[in-house]
Amino acid sequence: MTPSYLLLLLLLLSTIAYYLGKKRAFAVVKHKGGPKTLHSRPGYYGLLAAIWCGVPAVLIYSAWLVFESTIISDMILANLPTGIKALPADRLTLVMNDIKNLVNGNIISGEINPVIQSASEYYERLQSISHACLAVIVLIIAIAGFLVVWKIIRPSLRARNHVERLLKIVLIACSTLAIFTTIGIIMSVLYEAIRFFKVVPITDFLFGLEWSPQMAIRADQVGSSGAFGAIPVFLGTMLISAIAMSVAVPVGLMSAIYLSEYANKKFRAVAKPLLEILAGIPTVVYGFFAALVVAPAIRNAGASFGLDVSSESALAAGLVMGVMIIPFVSSLSDDVINAVPQSLRDGAYGLGSTKSETIKQVVFPAALPGIVGGVLLAVSRAIGETMIVVMAAGLSANLTLNPLKTVTTVTVQIVTLLVGDQEFDSPKTLAAFALGLMLFVTTLILNIIALVVVRKYREQYE
Amino acid sequence: MNNKDTSKRTMDIVQKGLAKRYKREKRFKLYGLSAIIFSLMCLSFLFISIFSNGYTAFQQTFIELEVFIDPALIDKGNFAGSNYQGIIKASLRNAFPDVTERRAKKRLYHLVSSGAAYQLQAVVRDNFEKIGQSVTLWVPADDDVDMLMKGHIDRNVPEADRRLKDDQVAWIESLSEQGRIEKQFNTTFFTAGDSREPELAGIWGAACGSFYTLLVTLALSFPIGVAAAVYLEEFAPTNRWTDLIEVNINNLAAVPSIVFGLLGLAVFLNFAGLPRSAPLVGGFVLTLMTLPTIIIAGRASLKSVPPSIREAALGVGASKTQMVTHHVLPLAMPGMLTGTIIGMAQALGETAPLLMIGMVAFIVDIPGGFTDPSTVLPVQIFLWADSPERAFLERTSAAIMVLLLFLISMNAVAVILRKKFERRW
Repeated sequence: MTPSYLLLLLLLLSTIAYYLGKKRAFAVVKHKGGPKTLHSRPGYYGLLAAIWCGVPAVLIYSAWLVFESTIISDMILANLPTGIKALPADRLTLVMNDIKNLVNGNIISGEINPVIQSASEYYERLQSISHACLAVIVLIIAIAGFLVVWKIIRPSLRARNHVERLLKIVLIACSTLAIFTTIGIIMSVLYEAIRFFKVVPITDFLFGLEWSPQMAIRADQVGSSGAFGAIPVFLGTMLISAIAMSVAVPVGLMSAIYLSEYANKKFRAVAKPLLEILAGIPTVVYGFFAALVVAPAIRNAGASFGLDVSSESALAAGLVMGVMIIPFVSSLSDDVINAVPQSLRDGAYGLGSTKSETIKQVVFPAALPGIVGGVLLAVSRAIGETMIVVMAAGLSANLTLNPLKTVTTVTVQIVTLLVGDQEFDSPKTLAAFALGLMLFVTTLILNIIALVVVRKYREQYE
Repeated sequence: MNNKDTSKRTMDIVQKGLAKRYKREKRFKLYGLSAIIFSLMCLSFLFISIFSNGYTAFQQTFIELEVFIDPALIDKGNFAGSNYQGIIKASLRNAFPDVTERRAKKRLYHLVSSGAAYQLQAVVRDNFEKIGQSVTLWVPADDDVDMLMKGHIDRNVPEADRRLKDDQVAWIESLSEQGRIEKQFNTTFFTAGDSREPELAGIWGAACGSFYTLLVTLALSFPIGVAAAVYLEEFAPTNRWTDLIEVNINNLAAVPSIVFGLLGLAVFLNFAGLPRSAPLVGGFVLTLMTLPTIIIAGRASLKSVPPSIREAALGVGASKTQMVTHHVLPLAMPGMLTGTIIGMAQALGETAPLLMIGMVAFIVDIPGGFTDPSTVLPVQIFLWADSPERAFLERTSAAIMVLLLFLISMNAVAVILRKKFERRW
């Protein structure tokens, strides 16, 4: 029996268990005063039966499938001829992959030799034994779980409380997933980054002025010493983000001011959703736009002024990224500006100031902390933006602040280092995780500051 | 009234400055308006440039060929291995009998796509009786011919700088005089997987990949997101622990998406040993990415259910769980669904984390399940945007149009849902 059918069978069994449990609840009170003597409504007894029938079985089932492949692999390894067992670890994984591919009917890397053939047959045999055992064990557990509930169903059983307690456990588990995600990010990035810093000293990484992550494959190879100084990469990221923010902040802020202070209801109802469309366009589309429309346009414009503009200039990527961030800035500032109490405005009007004077001298200063928070969030988004820069910015790490030159960013480097086949022991791959760590830490700090600022600001006017 | 003079002077100062102030006021208002107009112009410029680049991709040039299915070239025992390319070449030679020089012949063969052989193979497989007869086939033209027909290759450019040579252009012209070359609706684009040949490449493979990935994302993120929102909003005590969860969720919502890709690479691929390029893993990563969005939207919509509903339910004897599942949750559901659809739209457009888990491979086959290697629509766009052929440029734009169509309709559903079910209490 294949595992997926087993899962369907379990579903069917718990459905049956639900109805049987419900029926049992009715049956136990039939001659003792009817359903009203039950502690809970009959459905809860059914639910209890279904849960104990299905949940433990599914848990065992998933645990089994998770560990199955490693255990079988170990057993296969133990059974391989000593000649193969003596191979170095990476060759051994290759052999194991061949065996697995043969089992799954995929193409294998070399000739099918009898050792691999027999090992794969052994693998298949073990797998079918394992699946049979799994089916038997899971079904026994499911039926046992149901029978236990069946036995204890009596009018005084507090089925509802049991079900609700179980439900609450599920809810808590779901809500802690966010914490586990954060821990997972930190652990995975930190672990690989530490391995990287064992090869390349952390000071070289943070303060080095040259970035060329090609590691020498042979020791005597020319021009591939591998330099991991991240300063040019950080500088490129900052340059592009600065260009983006110099577009997004003024435009976003002015649109927010216009929308919240000047525009009438009709205009607002049309313009606001249109602005939001800008935020909903996938970044890969912006990247395509930047690389195919904006970058050549800037290059041509530069050429007509006699400037030498790189075709992957920081300016093109930055401008398009700025356009992408406009709605982000504008909707955050819009919220903040709307939160400024009307009484402040009325006070300013009462003193005879015009609308723009009110905005510039009263509303804006009052909303400033919130706007700063929003801008910080926007900066963290600009730093972490990937596709626009991957498609429109370059790969070469130049230590320059000239927006017409090619620069590279942290995210571009992560993508180029990790896309394609990697081996997990070369500093080249690990460097990506070190960059990822930097990216995560930077955005984390920005986000926390922004969240604290915005929260403080909200409390001020509540 | 002894300071009448001074007050008059103040009035004068005010009056004198007034014109300037009004002018400044007008200018400020204009800045605001122009900021909005600038953003909207960017938006329309983006749409126009995508559309004008892409709409031609929905048509493809086809060439009519009189194909004689030569029995000598068909291997009866091995239909798939027969020389269909040879048959196509022979029929091209028949169409232009005066082409004899070897290199000219080679250029002639380049007029039709290599996909023509597969088309012929399908015809022969379905109709054995056609062997030895002549059939008329509309076969896809090569992408260069397609570009010429669509006007993207300039005939006035010197021959050396052109991808099509003078004799090829002449053949195409003679074909079009006979009405044997024309543009038809490009069904391949909607039914095929990826290909190195632009005329054979389609988005169906990527669309299926996107579908499976989103299905996993939806199946995981909706229940988990709703459960987490319900717990945090209805059950959680206010203590350090729930505060920590809240900070975490808010922070995760702002973590760059590529970091989730790193997580997926390190945890799902290297640690758990799940297959590369699989929609399953893509779905896991996107679930983690969209969860904060769904949880935040869910909490907002739970918050909007008035406390009187809760009190009424508790008042008639419902337990807290019953109060939530029977009353609060159904009322908050439209808002939660809206948040989920918006989260799904985000996930559909997401590219960067999927690059990390290997969904960038060149995959020709249409994925048929959750563990088959596949790409998704945005990644397909990314891959095509990198291709040098002019024909891929219009296909990239067309794929973007399809993606945007999906996104817009998803968002429209969300808006309609909100309009229809939103209740002001």
